[in-house]
Amino acid sequence: MQPLLEVNALTMDFGGLRALDHLDLDIKEGEIVALIGPNGAGKTTFFNCITGIYNPTEGDVMISPPGKETERINGIKPNHVTERGMARTFQNIRLFQNMSVLENVMIGRHCRIHAGIAGAIFRNPATVSEEKQVVEDSYRVLEKIGLEQYVNEMAKNLPYGAQRRLEIARAMGTDPFLLLLDEPAAGMNPQETKDLDELIVKIRDEENISILLIEHDMKLVMSLSDRIFVMDYGKKIAQGTPEEIKNDPVVIKAYLGEEIDA
Amino acid sequence: MATLDEIKKSALASLWFMFLTFPIMVIRVNTVENEIEWRWTNLLFIGIGSFILSFVWRYMIKRKEIGAKEADESTDIKVSLGQRLQEDRRIYMPALVFISICAIAFPFVFSMYQTNIMITALMYVILGLGLNIVVGLAGLLDLGYVAFYAVGAYSYALLNYHWGLGFWTVLPIGAALGALTGIILGFPVLRLRGDYLAIVTLGFGEIIRLILENWNAFSFGPSGIANIPRPGLFGIELSLHQNIIYLYFLMIALTIFTIFVVNRLQASRIGRAWIALREDEIACQAMGVDKTKTKLTAFALGATWAGMGGVVFAAKTTFINPASFTIWESIIILCVVVLGGMGSIIGVIFGAGFLILLPEYLRAVSEYRMLVFGAVLVAMMVFRPGGLISTSRSPYEFEKAENSKRNA
Repeated sequence: MQPLLEVNALTMDFGGLRALDHLDLDIKEGEIVALIGPNGAGKTTFFNCITGIYNPTEGDVMISPPGKETERINGIKPNHVTERGMARTFQNIRLFQNMSVLENVMIGRHCRIHAGIAGAIFRNPATVSEEKQVVEDSYRVLEKIGLEQYVNEMAKNLPYGAQRRLEIARAMGTDPFLLLLDEPAAGMNPQETKDLDELIVKIRDEENISILLIEHDMKLVMSLSDRIFVMDYGKKIAQGTPEEIKNDPVVIKAYLGEEIDA
Repeated sequence: MATLDEIKKSALASLWFMFLTFPIMVIRVNTVENEIEWRWTNLLFIGIGSFILSFVWRYMIKRKEIGAKEADESTDIKVSLGQRLQEDRRIYMPALVFISICAIAFPFVFSMYQTNIMITALMYVILGLGLNIVVGLAGLLDLGYVAFYAVGAYSYALLNYHWGLGFWTVLPIGAALGALTGIILGFPVLRLRGDYLAIVTLGFGEIIRLILENWNAFSFGPSGIANIPRPGLFGIELSLHQNIIYLYFLMIALTIFTIFVVNRLQASRIGRAWIALREDEIACQAMGVDKTKTKLTAFALGATWAGMGGVVFAAKTTFINPASFTIWESIIILCVVVLGGMGSIIGVIFGAGFLILLPEYLRAVSEYRMLVFGAVLVAMMVFRPGGLISTSRSPYEFEKAENSKRNA
């Protein structure tokens, strides 16, 4: 089966600094894949490269949305990446603070609807029904994520954990086939992390959305992931199932360092 | 509550003020008789004046802090006057009727002069609402807004001069030309944000003004264009007075049209994208909103109203020259938006009323106009940073969502 996302020899240079060095990665349909690595390993840069925020120096990013042709998406704009079905969240929460929770998700639906200026001014039946549909769809997404009690709250007034979940809800609003989560559990307490674990599995199972996540919480990573990729200094140093990664000496070295007289 | 401590602080402030202003307010050199006048009464006035001002300032700050604390403690959300006006039908329906009656009766009750002032105020309402799209909704600080206004005004003046086109023909043309200029400005500044954007738009405004001032063959330079016809009414000859009344109602209609359109835009897919763009550009793009398109529509639609306003301005004054389109004009329109409340339609209307009408009626103290103007803005930033009437996003969507849930 063709992988949903296939990254070949992806390289990103910032001036003389090589942030990503011939990185390979692939995600198959229905998988939860984790990308881990010490701080500064280039994980977020990787996300930015495949979502169009950066234009990678070399390599290929290929996507094969279910039922569609394979396509090379290097260097296309972020909104076009999202339109093609890859949606992301941000490590430092980037919600639309002064918009309501529902409106945040509605922005996610933006690229799936088409009303233009004329539609906005004249409110023709097509626009009205489209708007209604958007509200309904967005509300459904909130229900799935379990945020419906906040529907009309300003995003900035939400508790931290709910803000993290809203980021996921907003990304879900774009109807993705692949969800990219950048440290979704950062700053969460154990209970919230556990809920998140369940939520991610639920998204995969019920919505049939594959997931690529960056995470530092090893417990979460080990329990969630089908496969794990490990990065250090922009390079992939290991890949495999959680069991394999746990016992991989290279990974242990990257995380814990080497004994001096080893 | 006036504590001794506060009185002491205010007294200190006034002493300091008296000391600072001593050289200019008290000493006066009479060069004719080679004497020095000591105007001690001035010192007294300054002392008392600054004491009262400082005391009021302290009192207001304190009240604001108490208010903020109370708002934190109380669980129910306090509804502001602006929100109440917008939401409660029992309040806003009678208010709307009352305002309409006043608006219709105005030119018949008051003099031509008053009507003229009102027309100007309405013009700024339209300009403010247009700029509100760019600044308030899309969050793009545009200091060259007056350029589009000039484009509108000159398009009427020149099209009329060369080809004799009438007001009603040029009104949409002016609007379209405004939108086009908006897009022309929009392209190079797509990548810019905040301060940089402000500087470039400022430059753009000046470029347009300088072109109009110096390109004599095209725009007749600083001498401007005179004898621009007033708007026509099916070819009926109108006296000057009738014409002003006509223009007044035309402005009312245009204003209602503007409010209607801006209101609908705000609540649409595009309006949401603008606000998202203002909130977080990167996240907005990552959520599938086309940044280029969204920014350009904001610039274009904002400029449309300026173009339209420009056409009406040219028709109203019957004479235009580049001096009407200085940076100062941009600043006033921006102040209308900021003072009224960014992103709030009612706020902008109030802002325009406040900033345009007040100076007209306070001509007696016109020398201190700028002083008061500045003081008001500073006070605003401290006490109501969101503007006179801050935005409230309407929660109607929630009810819809609940209904849909029930129906499903």
